[in-house]
Amino acid sequence: MKDAGFIFASYFLTIGSVLLFAVVTLRRARESAKHVDDEHKPWI
Amino acid sequence: MKKTTSKSRVVSAVLIKDLRIEVRSRVVTNQVLPFAGLIMIMFAFALDNDDVLQRVAGGLIWLATIFSLFVIVQRSFAIDTADSALDSLRVAGIDLSAVFLGKAIALTFQLIALDVVLIASAFLLYQVQVSAIGLVLLVTCVTCATTGLGFVGTLYGGLTAGANGRETLLPLLLLPVVAPVLIAATRATEAAFGSGGAATSEGWAWVGLLTIFAAVFGIGGSLAFGPLIDE
Amino acid sequence: MSQTSAQSSQKVSNTGTQATRVIGVLAIVVMTWVVISGLSLTSADVVQGESVRIMYVHVPSAWIAYVAFIVTAIASAFYIFAKRHSLGFDRVAGASAEVGVMFMAITLVTGSLWGRLTWGEFWQWDPRLTTTAFLFVTYIGYLAVRRLDGTTEQRAKRSGVVALLAVLEIPLVHFSVVFWRSLHQRATVLDPNGDVKMDGLMLFTLFSGVVGFTLVFMWLVLHRQRTMLLSDLAIERRIDDAILNRQNESVGN
Repeated sequence: MKDAGFIFASYFLTIGSVLLFAVVTLRRARESAKHVDDEHKPWI
Repeated sequence: MKKTTSKSRVVSAVLIKDLRIEVRSRVVTNQVLPFAGLIMIMFAFALDNDDVLQRVAGGLIWLATIFSLFVIVQRSFAIDTADSALDSLRVAGIDLSAVFLGKAIALTFQLIALDVVLIASAFLLYQVQVSAIGLVLLVTCVTCATTGLGFVGTLYGGLTAGANGRETLLPLLLLPVVAPVLIAATRATEAAFGSGGAATSEGWAWVGLLTIFAAVFGIGGSLAFGPLIDE
Repeated sequence: MSQTSAQSSQKVSNTGTQATRVIGVLAIVVMTWVVISGLSLTSADVVQGESVRIMYVHVPSAWIAYVAFIVTAIASAFYIFAKRHSLGFDRVAGASAEVGVMFMAITLVTGSLWGRLTWGEFWQWDPRLTTTAFLFVTYIGYLAVRRLDGTTEQRAKRSGVVALLAVLEIPLVHFSVVFWRSLHQRATVLDPNGDVKMDGLMLFTLFSGVVGFTLVFMWLVLHRQRTMLLSDLAIERRIDDAILNRQNESVGN
C-alpha cells in the first residue's frame, strides 16, 4: 500500500489513544470504587 | 429591601474608583505603557526588515495590546482582591453587573491610552501613514476593539482573580477568546494604514465584527459576572 | 458515617453495569469492522489514492469531538439554569469535555497526516481547521478551570459559565476566520474533504465509524462521570472525617 506508514500511524494513534483512555478510566474507576459503599452508587 | 443605589450610580462609582486608583498609583502609566513601547521595539529587533514592519504594523499593535491586556486585567483585580474588597461589594448586595460595567469601562479607558501609545510608536518606529478617512476608521476601530477587550478582560479577570494558581490561567483562557478581536482589529488597522494595498473601505466590515463582539460580551459578561464572583 | 467498604464483607462494585458492558462490546465489534474495512476491504480512491483510508478514522473523530463539545455545553446549561442545579449534569459536562479533547487531538493529528499526503502540507489556515484548533485550546482551558481549587459547586458554576461563553465565541471565531481567509485567494482551492467519490462500501465504512466512535464516546463518558461521582464522594468523606476528628479532639479536651 502506498503511504502505508502514514495510514497505519493514523489508525494506530486513533485506536491506541482510545484504548489508553479506556484503560486509564477503568483503572481510576476501580481505585475510586474501592472506597465507596455500593449504596452510594446510583447506577447499581 | 429597596435598592437605594441605582445601577448607573454603581457603574460610575466603580468606574471612578478604578480610574482614581490608577491616577494615584500610576501603575499602568509607569509600568505597562513603557512595557508596551518596549514590545514594539523588540518586534523591530526580531523582524529586522523595514518593509515587513510597515506591512505588519497593524498586527503588531494589536498583539502588543493583547499581551499588555493580561497585565492590566490582573492589576484591575488585584486592587479588588486585596483586603477582600470584592467580597465586601458582594455582601453589600450591590448589583454585580453594574460592578462589571464599571470595571469594564475603566479597563477600556486604560486600553485606549495604551493604544494611543502603541499607534504613536508605530508611526515613529515603523513609518506607517494614515489619511484623514483612515484616521476616522482607526479611531472607530480602537474604540470598538478596546470596548470588546474591556468586557472580555473584566469577565475572565473576575473568573481567575484571587486564589493561588488562578491568575496564571488568565492568558490561556483569554487568548482564544480575543482571537476575533485580533483578526478584525488588525485587518481594520491595516485598512486604515493602507498596508499592502488595503483600501480603507474594507476596514468598516471588520469594525462591524468588533461591534458584534463587544455587544455579545457586554451582555454575556453582565449576566455571567455576578454568578462567577458570587461564591 | 458509613464504614469503609474495604473492610466490610459485601462485594464492592465498580462503575460497570449491564448497559456499559453491552455498549462496550458493540463498540469493539463496530470499531474492529471499521479498521478491517478501512484498511483492506475498501478500495483506494481514484484521486486521493490510499490516503483516503485515513478519512475513516479522521471524519468520525471530528464528528464526535464536536458532539462532545455540544454535550458539554448543553449539560452546563442544564446545570446552571435548572432550579435544582444537579451536579450530575456538571459531571457529564466534564467527562464529555475530557473525551472531546482526546477526539479533537486525534482529529487534528490524523487530519494533519492526511493533509501531508494530499496537499503536501501538515497544516492549512482554512476556517475549519483553524476553528477546530481554536476549539481544542478552548477545551484545554475549560479542563484547567475544572481543576482549580474549590467546592464541587464552584467547579460546576465556573466551568459551566466558561462552556457557555465558549458556545458564544465559536461563531465569532469561525466567521472572523472565514472572512480573514477569504482575503487570501489561493490558486488551487484545497478542499478539506478532497475530491472523493465514495462508493457504497466506503460510505458504509464511514457511517460505521461514526456509529463506532459514538459508542466509544458513550462508554467513556458513562464510566468517567461515574468515577467523578466516586472521587467527589471520597473527597467529601475525607472532609467529613476530618471535621469529625477535629470535633472529637475538642470534646476529648
